[in-house]
Amino acid sequence: MQAAQETLSEDVVANNEFLSFTLGKEEYGIDILKVQEIRGYDAVTVLANTPEFIKGVINLRGIIVPIVDMRIKFNLGNVTYDELTVVIILNVAKRVVGMVVDGVSDVISLTSEQIKPAPEFGASLDTQYIMGLGTLDERMIILADIERLMTSNDMALVESAAA
Amino acid sequence: MTVDMSQFYQVFFEEVAEHLSAMESLLLGIDVSAPSIDDLNAVFRAAHSIKGGAGTFGFNDMTSVTHVLETLLDKLRKEELVLRNEMIDVFLQAGDVLKAQMEAHQNGGDVDENIVTDVCRKLEELSASNPAPAKPKKEKKKNKALAVPTTKKEVCRQIEFTPDAGAALDNLFVELANLGKLEIIESGADKVPPLWRLKLTAAATESELSDTFAFFVQPEKLHIQLFADALPEDEGYGFFVDIESPKVEEDPGYGFFTDIETPQAEVDPGYGFFTDIETPQAQPEPAAFERSPGRRASDNPILENVKTGRRDNDKVAVNSQADASTIRVNTDKVDLLINLVGELVITQAMLAQTAGKLDPVLHEHLLNGMGQLERNTRDLQESIMSIRMMPIGFVFSRFPRVVRDLANKLNKQIELKTVGEGTELDKGLIEKLSDPLTHLVRNSIDHGIESPDLRVAAGKDAKGTITLRAFHQGSNIIIEVKDNGAGLNRAKILGKAKERGLPVNDGMTDQEVWQLIFAPGFSTADVVTDVSGRGVGMDVVKRNIQEMGGQVEISSESGFGTTIAIRLPLTLAILDGMSISVGGQIFIIPLTFISESLQPSTKEIRTVSGQGTVVQVRGAYLPLVALHKVFGIATDITEPERGILVLLEADGKKVALFVDELVGQHQVVLKSLEANYRKVPYVSGATIMGDGRVAMILDVASLVRLNQEQGMHLRCA
Repeated sequence: MQAAQETLSEDVVANNEFLSFTLGKEEYGIDILKVQEIRGYDAVTVLANTPEFIKGVINLRGIIVPIVDMRIKFNLGNVTYDELTVVIILNVAKRVVGMVVDGVSDVISLTSEQIKPAPEFGASLDTQYIMGLGTLDERMIILADIERLMTSNDMALVESAAA
Repeated sequence: MTVDMSQFYQVFFEEVAEHLSAMESLLLGIDVSAPSIDDLNAVFRAAHSIKGGAGTFGFNDMTSVTHVLETLLDKLRKEELVLRNEMIDVFLQAGDVLKAQMEAHQNGGDVDENIVTDVCRKLEELSASNPAPAKPKKEKKKNKALAVPTTKKEVCRQIEFTPDAGAALDNLFVELANLGKLEIIESGADKVPPLWRLKLTAAATESELSDTFAFFVQPEKLHIQLFADALPEDEGYGFFVDIESPKVEEDPGYGFFTDIETPQAEVDPGYGFFTDIETPQAQPEPAAFERSPGRRASDNPILENVKTGRRDNDKVAVNSQADASTIRVNTDKVDLLINLVGELVITQAMLAQTAGKLDPVLHEHLLNGMGQLERNTRDLQESIMSIRMMPIGFVFSRFPRVVRDLANKLNKQIELKTVGEGTELDKGLIEKLSDPLTHLVRNSIDHGIESPDLRVAAGKDAKGTITLRAFHQGSNIIIEVKDNGAGLNRAKILGKAKERGLPVNDGMTDQEVWQLIFAPGFSTADVVTDVSGRGVGMDVVKRNIQEMGGQVEISSESGFGTTIAIRLPLTLAILDGMSISVGGQIFIIPLTFISESLQPSTKEIRTVSGQGTVVQVRGAYLPLVALHKVFGIATDITEPERGILVLLEADGKKVALFVDELVGQHQVVLKSLEANYRKVPYVSGATIMGDGRVAMILDVASLVRLNQEQGMHLRCA
């Protein structure tokens, strides 16, 4: 665990550009290189017998992509779907996954001094999925290890994790 | 550099494999008593190409084997020796040796030297012995005797020949020019028949010269004689000296024949001639392909004949080597293309839907364009799909050898017939088919066909027949392995099954009894041979076929033989489906599993012990599975009599699936859910519908099983 944390912070230093998005009042940041594209929310095809936060699948130019709603998963924000609802399409662990968030803010650069280790408690996110906390002016950005989160048992997106 | 070479190696290995299989099927097709000179030539050419390639890459072991092989073939080709059965055997062995050597080069490893030398020795013995028509043989010997001492001495010869249609003569001339000084006395370029007369001053022996011509000229149309008034060292032709430099060798060939350098006036037309004659060559090939009829043509099943089919294949192979009209493409690229076209079709459908709402008068041009777009996309889709399709002859072509070898081993007389080898199916399926089919054919040979004396005693022809037949039926392809042997022995199978404690009784139908042979470890063979009898096999066959989405059916008549039919979908990528809706959601059911759909009346629905529901269909009671309960979908239609029952059949079991309504029938492109998500219960995949939405494809086999293994609560109450 400790070792993992260390390599992760090295990653943070290596690619210090983050896409920031909001969930409720919290601001999150994810490695920009994991983001494939950002698009609006489309009608999904519902999958049977899945957790509520897995909205279903969409057709993304011929690829079937599952959509998870982070607002439902972490009980944050208003779960409404309209033309302003944003889906971030991620490329994690050789998979394409879409996640619904409240809104996308911007792309930010953080130096390693601006990134502080995550405290033991905190956001709705389990600390093991948090790489650190970034500070930019008055803002605090929770830097999420999105790859780890998306392949975790919690998300039930991956076969091995589901077992 | 090493990397580059290994790339070329791969191409070479593929080519050698092609040549070897072409050679093998030719050899097996040859009528020993009256061998066709064309076939012998084709075999010779295949051997020669392998030798050439092996030489280039420095695989000397292969070169030496092909060399002795070639020597014998050459004698046969020139009718100096008469073809005999044992020669075919040795040729086949030589082919195996070459294959082993190739594999050794490819994957590392060793070839048993003893076998190699043994085959070489046999070949040499055969080519040294038995002068059939005595005279030509002696001549040959004399030639050889002459050739050795005179190798270093240049001899001037006059060569007359009529090239094969389409022969790339420029290559020939380059090769000849490498041997020595070449002069064209008379060009055949614009003559009919194109008779050429050449003068060649070279150190090569006559047989070496004929080898050079082998690719371009039929041996009987080639006459080589010593040039009467030749002066071996004629300085006047010195203009060819340069040509011996390797640089020119690589030149496509017209370089030095075109202009002034050659005194003959015809040379310039000669250039045009090369282009001309290559065009007609292009034509025979499509013809050869046409003969393997595509999906449609094969509805009318199919000219029977072993030989025709085989030869079609060969032609494909030989042609592909003669001109570069085929390219090797990574299948990933093809799959990508197929995906992209699938996208295009969907986009087109979406556009068409939108455009359909427009006023046809105002937007006439747009709508015309849309119509054209639709046609073009359909054509494009069809031709792209056809890239992945291959004639099943590619699988069938290995069986003549299997049958021949096994029949010899078991002392049985067996004739193999193949029907419909032009039937096309997906390449992925073709590759996976070959193992199960081999199992089935071996089984037929070992268990099916009786020994000759038994057959005669039963009043049958001593020679048994195994028929491989492929044809289309709807969107399925059916491949049959049929023998006219003893048939399955019902009593024996039942006896064995009881012995093994399988749940059987004497009242089982034949179909049910035959299915027993698919049980793992089941064998009725009295003795275990190295051919079969261990009982592995049929269960593997069945599993392999089911993995491909296919089914295996057996029919057998005691004393008359057994037919095992494999039913496969045409391609893995596309399936015919029925779309149904439940609570506004669309699902696809693969059409192959649907036997019928019906709307039940109230009195046909019964409950069993208050929990499970069954429906009575023509006297049979089928368990009812309500899809909205399986998937937990809210719908207004909860009574079966208001919806539709789709009767599904899989693994020999039937259930009635209760859905809201039938929507329509589609061809859908299979997409994986697991690529980005995980397996979803009762869903085998997903597809994209015409409106761009995703629809799930139901996994019928698991739905049928659901009824047995899962709790009753999922069933319609």
